[in-house]
Amino acid sequence: MAEPLVQTRTSRLYDPRVRGYAWQAALVVALIALVWSAAHNVSVNLEARGIPMGFGFWNQTAGFDINQSLIDYSSLSTYGRAFWVGLLNTLLVSAIGIALATPLGFALGIARLSPNWLLSKLALVYVEIARNTPLLLQLFFWYNAVLKALPNPRQSVSLGGVVLLNNRGLYLPRPEFAEGASFVGAALLLAIGAAIAFGLWARRRQEQTGEQAPVATVATALCIGLPTLAYFALGRPIGFTFAELSGFNLRGGVQLFPEFAALAFGLTTYTAGFIAEIVRAGILSVSKGQTEAASALGLHRNLTMKLVVVPQAMRLITPPLTSQYLSLTKNSSLAVFIGYPDLVQIFAGTVLNQTQAAVQVMAITMAVYLVISLGVSAILNLYNSRNALKER
Amino acid sequence: MDAAIHPVSYVRSAPEPDLPAPALSRGALAWLRTNLFSSWTSGIITLLTLAFCLWTIVPLLEWATVKAVWSAPDGALCRQHQDGACWAFIAQKIDYLSYGSYPASERWRVDVVEIVGAALIVWLLWIGAPHRGLAAALFFIIYPVMTFFLLHGAPWLGLPIVDSGSWGGIFVSLLTALIGIVFSLPLGVALALGRRSRLPVVKLFSIIFIEFVRGVPFITILFMANNMLPLFLPDNWAPDRLLRPLVGTALFAAAYMAEEVRGGLQSMPKGQFEAAQALGLNTRLMMALVILPQALTLVIPGIVNTFIGLFKDTTLVSVVGVLDFLETMQNAFKDTVWSGPTIQDTGYAFAAMFYFAFCYAMARYSAATERRLAAGRRR
Repeated sequence: MAEPLVQTRTSRLYDPRVRGYAWQAALVVALIALVWSAAHNVSVNLEARGIPMGFGFWNQTAGFDINQSLIDYSSLSTYGRAFWVGLLNTLLVSAIGIALATPLGFALGIARLSPNWLLSKLALVYVEIARNTPLLLQLFFWYNAVLKALPNPRQSVSLGGVVLLNNRGLYLPRPEFAEGASFVGAALLLAIGAAIAFGLWARRRQEQTGEQAPVATVATALCIGLPTLAYFALGRPIGFTFAELSGFNLRGGVQLFPEFAALAFGLTTYTAGFIAEIVRAGILSVSKGQTEAASALGLHRNLTMKLVVVPQAMRLITPPLTSQYLSLTKNSSLAVFIGYPDLVQIFAGTVLNQTQAAVQVMAITMAVYLVISLGVSAILNLYNSRNALKER
Repeated sequence: MDAAIHPVSYVRSAPEPDLPAPALSRGALAWLRTNLFSSWTSGIITLLTLAFCLWTIVPLLEWATVKAVWSAPDGALCRQHQDGACWAFIAQKIDYLSYGSYPASERWRVDVVEIVGAALIVWLLWIGAPHRGLAAALFFIIYPVMTFFLLHGAPWLGLPIVDSGSWGGIFVSLLTALIGIVFSLPLGVALALGRRSRLPVVKLFSIIFIEFVRGVPFITILFMANNMLPLFLPDNWAPDRLLRPLVGTALFAAAYMAEEVRGGLQSMPKGQFEAAQALGLNTRLMMALVILPQALTLVIPGIVNTFIGLFKDTTLVSVVGVLDFLETMQNAFKDTVWSGPTIQDTGYAFAAMFYFAFCYAMARYSAATERRLAAGRRR
């Protein structure tokens, strides 16, 4: 005798929604337990070791010196002041690294695509070496093997007497501004404004009549000519003082410490290799049909690059380029190995060791980098959504 | 009528003269013309580049080979030949550079770990090798256990315990990278799946972890692992000095792996998910049998590139006192017997060649795999 079929209800255990809640609840419980036990351990350990728990150290006297600082700082300043010195030094070396690595990387990327076999192979060798050796090794090389091995100040390597190089750093001429120097600056600003106005006028005229104007020539002439005219008319108000030997050391000029020079140089040469590959991939990604279509329209080579290839390549280049800038900024923390006073070396190094406030110091340091990274990412996302290919 | 008598100007009346024979298009001369001297600018660039090569690369090669000191008992000979590399220094220090202060009688254990590891990696990465699943099981489960007992020691097997304080050199660099990959890959896969999960809590946790780790420098992670891990744990659990940076390395690499794996998961067509569901597979089986095998194979190039970055980053662990290869090299420079002006250059050149050989080989592998995987989509 067959039993009547019973409508079996599936157990609640097999309901995906119930399962989902269960998994999430388990994760939340595990995380809370982890955080709670970690917090408990931290407080027990901190008390046992007599480590300060608050941020009271921020206003205490630091008591150590920093050899390079963009703002006023002495050993009597506070730990908070030392933090700002470190942060500014990090931003300084990152900005200089980015400013130098970008043109070098673009030049290398374009050289990789050169029809000249020798040039493209030379660029390839550079890119492969830069990308496949650790940054730290390159930094050690520049700092220990190159800059530290330079002669002492008395036998400085001189590049035309303008730039001096020795084992105490790189010496650049220091500009001296006399009375009237601000007028030269104003003349430069005026010239830039005039050049922009001329460019706008030329574009409007071209749109209306089709006639072209020599924008680049006029702009260059304005930007160089007007300040030069002002410079001589005002009796040469800007001069340079060069570094000169006095006793055993050099005086005058702007001194860049070897730590700074090595870090900026190492970051530049390392990141340029990566930028070169990004630029190359970006340009290659623009299909050949685009170039051919541009030639069919009668555009010559330079205009094809400027109006057709580069705008399309930039859409692909920008996101990875930005992430290279971010990793350069993060890589500037390698300063700690060669003693450049950046955020990590000063704050997560010296301040942490002196105050023992490991948790607070590390939290602040990481927060700074996170704010930079997430901030730049947010800007990039905005840019991408504006410049994304509009497909219909 | 008129046109027939006076042909229009654009109709040719006499044949055009023959064009000259085309230039050589094959052979060495033609190659030179197209690739090096195609125009005036190209010719000038070629000559300048050639001059640059002669000025830099030739002296560098001379420094490294002809003028170098290949064998010497101490630094005296190297101090005499200051225009050449001092390879004798490397030859003398190679044991220290390879093993640190690991006891000489136990160094075979390190060799076994390295050889087995290399064999397993080749097996895993060779697409088309038989039983790669077995290789994965061996590499991710058996091999770490074996490595621990061989390197640390197991008195019940007759292997005396070697304190991690005496570990150093190339093997610590390789170990750090290896542990990074062994633990970061599964963790990365879990995080990538978590980031695509429908469960908001799981997703949020994965996103926060990944973005946090990727947003801060590796050094701060190492500092945190070194200074704060002991604070987070009960006092009697204090982890080993070598273990702390290894934990940091694995977590750091996991976040980057997760993003690579996520890329692979995103590139899977929806049809694969739907086909797996139509077969009646539940989520776990669908991921394990259909999606992950394809997605992971697809992202092998990305994983290898992340691994190259990780391998280069292992040089940073010396900031928390781990004696990696670069740090043993820095230590070796301090030996007064060998002190001389060429020692540092030689040491850095050797280290550069070591890292370059590893990274370049992996990069080539990655590029070749990428081409191979793209073969199906090429027209």
